[in-house]
Amino acid sequence: MTAPNHRWRKFKNSLMQTITFACAILVVTPLVLIFYHLLTEGFSSINLAFFTQLPKPVGEAGGGMANAIVGTFILLAQAAVMGVPVGVLGGVFLSEYGSFRLNRWIRFTADVLNGVPSITWGMVVYALVVVPMKGFSALAGGIVLGMMMIPLVMRTTEEVLQLVPGGYREAALALGIAKWRAILQIVVRTALKGIITGILLALARVAGETAPLLFTAFGNHFWTHKLTDPISAMPLQIFTYAISPYDDWHRQAWAGALVLVMFVLAINISVRFLTRDRFRRNI
Amino acid sequence: MDVIINQPAVTPPSVQKPAGPLALTVRNLSVFFGTNHVLKEVSLDIAARAVTAIIGPSGCGKSTFLRAINRMHELNPEARMEGEIRLFGDDIYSRKVEPVVVRRRVGMVFQKSNPFPTMSIVENVTVGLRLNGVHNRKLLAGRTEQSLRMAALWDEVKDRLHAPALSLSGGQQQRLCIARALAVEPEVLLMDEPASALDPLATSKIEDLIVQLKKDYTIVIVTHNMQQAARASDFTAFFYLGELVEFGPTTKIFTNPAQKRTEDYVTGRFG
Repeated sequence: MTAPNHRWRKFKNSLMQTITFACAILVVTPLVLIFYHLLTEGFSSINLAFFTQLPKPVGEAGGGMANAIVGTFILLAQAAVMGVPVGVLGGVFLSEYGSFRLNRWIRFTADVLNGVPSITWGMVVYALVVVPMKGFSALAGGIVLGMMMIPLVMRTTEEVLQLVPGGYREAALALGIAKWRAILQIVVRTALKGIITGILLALARVAGETAPLLFTAFGNHFWTHKLTDPISAMPLQIFTYAISPYDDWHRQAWAGALVLVMFVLAINISVRFLTRDRFRRNI
Repeated sequence: MDVIINQPAVTPPSVQKPAGPLALTVRNLSVFFGTNHVLKEVSLDIAARAVTAIIGPSGCGKSTFLRAINRMHELNPEARMEGEIRLFGDDIYSRKVEPVVVRRRVGMVFQKSNPFPTMSIVENVTVGLRLNGVHNRKLLAGRTEQSLRMAALWDEVKDRLHAPALSLSGGQQQRLCIARALAVEPEVLLMDEPASALDPLATSKIEDLIVQLKKDYTIVIVTHNMQQAARASDFTAFFYLGELVEFGPTTKIFTNPAQKRTEDYVTGRFG
């Protein structure tokens, strides 16, 4: 039962395997390179001062990014407050309510929004919030990140809700439970891990955004106490330092980039842990 | 919208009405999904505190019939019905009646056991009560034991009520679903092939349970298993192509059917 072109077939098989493997390696390479570069350039500048001190003026050694680190968390908290409820409930609508035609349009709109360049979001919020408020502010920065989160969270929420088997919805409704309760306390609860995963990934995604913050949060070298004042964020501080002509500031930029990547990586790893037993017990 | 032509049945159904009190009276029930006429002019009386089996080949409308009794077929937005179903005299399709209210009176057990995966055994049993606003702990605890006992599951789970529902075996999960349906004290229990995904031992437990439950409940069961219908039911209805062909006491349907089609089906000549 040996075909005449058996060896040629085997060769084609291994050729295909080699090509796809090479491409897979190509995908992983940038991450390895980024890490290597960040670690070699940035690690030496990371010290306690980096996390606890304000930026120092040019020429003065030391200083840190404490205000930018806190600023990033303040911006992300605001973004979550705005983006999570709207995104999750929008996803619930797409999955559980509405009609095929309407939902197709909403889904399409969300996908287009997910593809809108982030600098465009910055300009929109500049016009809608910064101009009327007559100044850059932490609030505007939170709003732009929150707006970017909404379509991301909405689509992932919809997708994980769709993974909940229809049998659970039927069982709940057959018990005479009202539809909204069945959705919130049975369907959403079943998919909760997946929804949280989507939220974390959306937060990780907007945590690194720089362009929209240039027009909104603007940046600040000091502590900010009011949401109506400009605020710093790690990507902004990295940007400012990176385009400066000073070596000190370049080192700080590398350190900042390393910390930011570590932060995003930490979110991704916690997502892996959250979803690890997802297919064993729940969906 | 296409015009739907009602074709008369080849032969009128042979119906022998059950004696004694009735739980459900179904009159001229037709169900459509879009332009698809799934159930055609079915009229049937379902005896209270008895087991009525619905048999017939796949696609004959038996599941649709079952789901029309607790208005579950309305989950399909294309669904439309004509005719009348009365539950102990109450028109369940009256405009004043919400489907939620009907479903509290008519419970359902599905083919695939579906305990809620995020909940423990006891949470699954009480979920119907809790999400309908019952929070009295004493009442919930009492109802938990009562329902699990009726579902013949109490002795197996009484020491681990707070274990995840999915830690139970397949047959236990299905009995848990029966307990969950019983906990809201429905008047009628619908079962859609409740044992078709279970092994023979678990199946016989479910059948014993059905016979036990008819002391307190009216049961309507859809089954593909002829022996199951013969063993567990008091009345049997045979559906074919969306029509009721024959309805009467189970012994008559299986030993002396009035119609040739019924005889061919129950003897395994087609279907």
